Amino acid sequence: MKFLLKCFPIWGFFRKIAANFNETPILSEEAIMRFLRKTAFFTHFIVFISFYFAMSAFASQDGHDAQATHEVEEFNPGDMIISHIVDSYDWHILSIGHTHISVPLPIILYDEGQWHFFLSSRFEHGHASYKGYELAKEGAIKGKIIRYAADGSIVRPWDFSITKNVFGVFVSSILLIVIMSYVAKAYKKTNKHAPKGFQSVIEPIILFVRDEVAIATLGKDKYMRFAPYLLTIFFFIFFNNLLGLIPIFPLGANITGNIAVTGVLALFTFGMITFSGNKNYWAHIFNTPGVPWWLKIPLPLMPIIELLGMFTKPFVLMIRLFANITAGHIIILGFISMIFVFGQTSASAGFTMSILSVLMSVFMNFLELLVAFIQAYVFTLLSSIFISMAVEEHHHEEGHEAAH
Amino acid sequence: MELINPGLGLFFWMVLVFGIVFFILKKFVWPPILQSLKDREQHIEESLQMADATREEMKKLKLDNEVLLKEAKEEREAMMNEARKVREKMLEEARVKATAEAERIVESARQQIENERKAAIIDIKNQIAEISIEVAEKILREKLQTPKDHEQYIQKLLDSKQLN
Repeated sequence: MKFLLKCFPIWGFFRKIAANFNETPILSEEAIMRFLRKTAFFTHFIVFISFYFAMSAFASQDGHDAQATHEVEEFNPGDMIISHIVDSYDWHILSIGHTHISVPLPIILYDEGQWHFFLSSRFEHGHASYKGYELAKEGAIKGKIIRYAADGSIVRPWDFSITKNVFGVFVSSILLIVIMSYVAKAYKKTNKHAPKGFQSVIEPIILFVRDEVAIATLGKDKYMRFAPYLLTIFFFIFFNNLLGLIPIFPLGANITGNIAVTGVLALFTFGMITFSGNKNYWAHIFNTPGVPWWLKIPLPLMPIIELLGMFTKPFVLMIRLFANITAGHIIILGFISMIFVFGQTSASAGFTMSILSVLMSVFMNFLELLVAFIQAYVFTLLSSIFISMAVEEHHHEEGHEAAH
Repeated sequence: MELINPGLGLFFWMVLVFGIVFFILKKFVWPPILQSLKDREQHIEESLQMADATREEMKKLKLDNEVLLKEAKEEREAMMNEARKVREKMLEEARVKATAEAERIVESARQQIENERKAAIIDIKNQIAEISIEVAEKILREKLQTPKDHEQYIQKLLDSKQLN
């Protein structure tokens, strides 16, 4: 176990952070072991839950194997990777032959003034329809719930289903709130003294976000206003990035690698920027100072560019996080796929490839641990910079005063 | 492309969940943590400043002490000197007094001795005179038994008187 911890470069990274930003005792291996022992119950709980769900899912499978047999037995890495990355209505865990072990999740639809609630197992992995609804088999909306109207056209109902990613967000959010409340309680207890236990794992990260992100960009007098938001997005992204790497049932959904999720995060940042923007910020957009007048009148060139800039900033945040996390997952899945691609030519090739693939996947996982931190940091830092630009008390006044 | 096509349901749930998470963390988690961190930093800062101030004060106190010690030493020295002087003076006085007294005593003793001596001399003289008279009487009684002797002696006395 100790050897494993030593191999785990991110701990070293955290220790360095701890040593740099905090003069409290550096996290010791004993402390980590203690934490792991303490959380052993929780881990068991998760394993138990996963197993329970898996078993119940197994039980709910009724043989559509007969239908499946005529499917072409060929491994398609592209489909496999995409199906692992995108959202889905049930949580696929394992397939043995044609029996899919997956956790059914609730479907919530609003269609023609009516709400529909049922479990995703009704669709039998896209082979069956229920109440007239079925999963689209092709096109841009492949895998989404559709309904054929009387005239044969496709109708998409309002879909508020608890999908894999929604469920994953629930789990990680509850985990985040529980852990952070625990840490907050620890802070109330230790107050002015050195952090203890798990608190000292989280503290360097909190200090890092506060000092290197919030204070560095917003300054000492303004950071307190935005620190809660910045800490929240940082830990939310960091948590989901890390949990997305754990391929055990209630964790491991590709949450931060989903464009809707990153879009919402970017939207919140957009909201923070827009609602905290001061007079100078809006003046900068609609009457940009320091540019020739003919760039504003008669054609409002600068205002258009600045207005576009308002939206491109969060848009870029959304794309960056989504692309980075998705890319990491695709690479890992790609390495895993190679085993089966080679395995289709011959078993020995697959076996040989598996050694290389596992090694590369392990390496990628370590890299992803780093990326998990870096992307959370980048998203938070850029949000913080954009907010700081919106709340900046401008130098123009200083310039005026200097001119007097 | 489903990959870059945001799901409406997920979007809705995500807004809700992240909103709630943000609300809970902002309300119950970050304030105590940030406050505690701030308090701790302030506490450390204050402690360090206090330590510095104390060190400075100690230094000053030490310096003060040294000055005080030096002053005390000087004062002691001065007092000692004075005491020594006083003692010497007293000794001198005592010596002078004692000498005078001794002289007085010696003088009076001498006076007394003189007086005693004089009295003794007078006494001796008286005794000698008595003894002389007695002896003379006895001698005279022995020698002047006859009237002729008387005459002879008177003659002799007269002679010696005349000679003088």
